[in-house]
This record gives sequence, structure tokens and C-alpha cells, in this order.
Amino acid sequence: MTAPLPVPAPGRTPETSAFWDATAAGRLLLAHCDACSTVIWYPKTCCPECGGFSVSWNEASGAGAIYSFTVVYRGPGPFRDAVPFVIAYVELAEGPRVLTNIIGCEPDQVYIGQSVRVVFSDTGEGSALYRFEPSDAAPSGDQ
Amino acid sequence: MTINARAYIAGVCEHPRREIPDRSIPQIHAEVALGALADAGLDPSDVDAYLCDSTAGFGAISMAEYLNLHPHFIDSTETGGSSYLVHVGHAAAAIAAGRCHVALITMAGLARSRREAPTARSSGSPEAGFESTWGMSAVTGYALAAQRHMYEFGTTSAQLAEVKVAASLHAQHNPHALLRNPVTVDEVLGSPVISSPLHRLDCCIVTDGGGAVVVVSPEVARDLERRTVKVLGQAEAVKHTDNGRIDLTFTGAAVTGPLAFAEAGVAPTDVDYVSIYDSFTITVVETIEDLGFCEKGDGGRFVLDGALVAPDGRLPFNTDGGGLCNNHPSNRGGMTKIIEAVRQLRGEAHAAVQVPNCEIALAHGTGGSIGTRMGSATLILGQEDA
Repeated sequence: MTAPLPVPAPGRTPETSAFWDATAAGRLLLAHCDACSTVIWYPKTCCPECGGFSVSWNEASGAGAIYSFTVVYRGPGPFRDAVPFVIAYVELAEGPRVLTNIIGCEPDQVYIGQSVRVVFSDTGEGSALYRFEPSDAAPSGDQ
Repeated sequence: MTINARAYIAGVCEHPRREIPDRSIPQIHAEVALGALADAGLDPSDVDAYLCDSTAGFGAISMAEYLNLHPHFIDSTETGGSSYLVHVGHAAAAIAAGRCHVALITMAGLARSRREAPTARSSGSPEAGFESTWGMSAVTGYALAAQRHMYEFGTTSAQLAEVKVAASLHAQHNPHALLRNPVTVDEVLGSPVISSPLHRLDCCIVTDGGGAVVVVSPEVARDLERRTVKVLGQAEAVKHTDNGRIDLTFTGAAVTGPLAFAEAGVAPTDVDYVSIYDSFTITVVETIEDLGFCEKGDGGRFVLDGALVAPDGRLPFNTDGGGLCNNHPSNRGGMTKIIEAVRQLRGEAHAAVQVPNCEIALAHGTGGSIGTRMGSATLILGQEDA
């Protein structure tokens, strides 16, 4: 019997609280460098391209495509009972490739290049995990 | 300043056991330290430089005290499993600069008896919040890389399996190897999928153990009776996600390979034997490409037809059985990679896998994960009089 995918609360820091607060409201924010416009990932307030320390948090479109994925059959810790589940790099429309889970479809329906959109899984602790589901899936809402 | 021919490996020691529940980690460091010094014909009192990883207390300081060493060069650079190839480079550079003459490098761990999973060591690191919530384990990152490599280059699971098959053919001759039974491609493909497309037999083993290396100056090497091995070149690099634009199809070896070859003054075609970090089969395929033994994307086809099998394959690799079959102590495979390369250059590998007249050997380490960020290191060694 496959258990639901756990929704562990992420560690947060003063640098990342704006990002995580937004996820609780169903918004995926990306830090954009105010000086050189670089879209920054993972979220941080120092631009890795120009060294600028001024960023703006802009909402992402939530659209992306799968860059790579794996179906996990041996999950660690609390994920042990949730197998099989999918971990993927999703390339966001804005550029960054982000680690995430693919949900909302059977693992054997996932493929590289697949169009996906963001959905949020509430951690219950003031944040939500940005996961992705196939763009052609029926909207699943919050997990 | 180059380290080429400015330092020599004079002694090595691989702990013979793969399960050591009756020892502490410092005890194992001490056993292999004394073993490597004895192999070199040196005493602990000769040591004036000490390098180790972060597994035995306070950097290099705890073990320096435990061993009653008084080093005036110390280093505990942490790049995961590749740390020891980094340490050899740092020791050689320090020796070349005249800062020390006898450098001892040790590692030890009890991952098997303590059932320690390899971790991303990301707790407290800035990326942790964005990677720790998805159910990642050590294999996941490599599986992501393998899947992408297959997508871009047509690499197959059967090709990856050839890497494990070659390692198992070597391990059958190693009485200390954890897994000594040769396996077939079908057996690899028939083992359970852990994280697609990687099977259980695509994964390295988990062992207790340890190892040590002694690096000395040319002056010290000259006076030793034991056959030494010349350091020809070394390079290290960090390859990371590049501001979220990660390319999973290459590793840090793409940087360290050319640098190390340039310092050594040799080319891939000059290399007689390679120790390639083999945390997973895909690690070997990507690394072989990145080091220039074949074109990018051709690694899966390169390993076919026994290419990696000693002594007659085109590129004999990991003749001790590697991390896939022999030993991967503390979830860190770099030390054993150096040690087997030294055995080959001394002509002391098992007769069944000894490469005839092995003059140039390469050892490569990949610490961290090819799925996210890694510390890579390439070490090129030659026979004493190469």
C-alpha cells in the first residue's frame, strides 16, 4: 500500500522567508537581480552573476518542462512507504532547473520534456512545497 | 609551480577488513597510518605533515594528537569521497614548496556496521531547504544524471551494467573484496530498481574500512628501499548547479582532467591503468568521457566488449574490484582509488589483473553528487623512474 508523499517543512532562514511565506499563499517567487536581471536559483539575495545584493521577488509563471526524472523505489526515512514516487529537475519557463516531485500522474507516465505546472503541498507550518503535475492533468488543487 | 616529479608516494595501506564493528574510527585511522608508514619504511616520528578528512573529530587535530604527530603542515579539506586525491595534491604542493618532507594522509569509517547512509552533507548549507524535502537519497542524483545521459546520448542500462560486470571480474581475484562473485549484465538488469534507471547492482557497496597514503619529497624517496611512485599531476575542481542551470551530462572531471594531464605532460592515450570513482555505474561512464578517454556521449558504447577489464581491455579500471565490489569505506571511494593505482605502478596488483609494464596510471575521485554539486579531483602517477 503506497502511503501519501510526505510534506516535510523546509528549513528556512531570514534570507529565504519571503520565498517560503509566498508558497503558503500558493505563489512561487523567483529572485531577480535588480542590477543585471539574472533569475536566481536557489533563492538567495546575492546575485551569483554580478554580485549584486539587491533582488526583487517576482512571481513565476509556474510553467516548466521536465529536464530529468527518476522513479524512486527505495525512499529514505519518511519517504520509505511512499514509493514509488518521482523526483525530477523541472526547467522553469524563467530558466532555472529546480529539484522537485512530480505528482498528479502515475510514475510511468512521466517523461523528459513533459510540460508541467506548479502545485503546492501545504506543510502546515506556514509554507508549502512547490511540486509539479503534468500540464494536461485535471487540476488537482492543493495536495 | 608544478608538482610534477616534486613528490612521490612512498607507502600505502588499505585496511583488509570490510566489517570492523570491534574498532573505533580513530583506531582504524591509526592502523592504516602505521601500515602505510611501515610500507614506506618510515616511522611516525618522520611525519611532518598530516592530512585527513572530517570523520575523526576536530579536523586533522584530533588524529594528530591520537597518533602523537607534530605536523607543521596540516589540511583537512573536505570534498567527500574525493578528499584524499585533493590531499595528495595539497601534500605534493607543500612538499614542492619546501614546507614539509613526509606527509601522511589517512581515512577511516564504519558506514557498514553503523548502517550510515551516504548523505548529501547539506544540513545547514544554503541549498538544504530546496533539496531536502523531495525524498532524495544518494542514488537519486545519480539516477537523474543517468536518465538525462540516456535521453541525450542513447546510453542504455545494459551499457551501464558492463561497468559492474568488469568490476566483478576483477573482484573475484581480491580475497578482501566484499563481493567476489562475477556477475553478468542480465544479473545487473535483473536486480531491483532502486531509483530508475539505476538498479541495486549499479550501486556501490557500503563498507567499514580505511586507508592511508604517505607522500614524500624526492630526497626522502631516494633513500627508501621500497619502490615509490612519482606524482606527475593533480587537479581539483568544484562543479555545481551553476545558478540553477545544471547540466547533468558532465562532471567536474571535465575541468580536472585537462588540467591534470597538462601538468603531467601526458595524454589519455598514454594512460595504462585508471582508478575511476565508481559510486554508481553512471559515475564511471560520465567520468571516462570527461577525462577524454572517449567523446562526450560515447561512454556507454566505450565500456562494451570488455574495454574496462584487465589486463587486456582498452582501459583497464579498478582492478581491486572498486567501490562496486571491493571496498567503499565510509561511503568514500577516493582513497582506495589511489591505493590500487599505486599497486599497479609497483607491479603489485593481483597477477590476474596486473597491467603489464604499467607506467602511467590515473586516479579520479568524485565527492558529493553528480546530480547536484561535487568536488572532483584527478591524480596522475607514474612509475618511480617514469
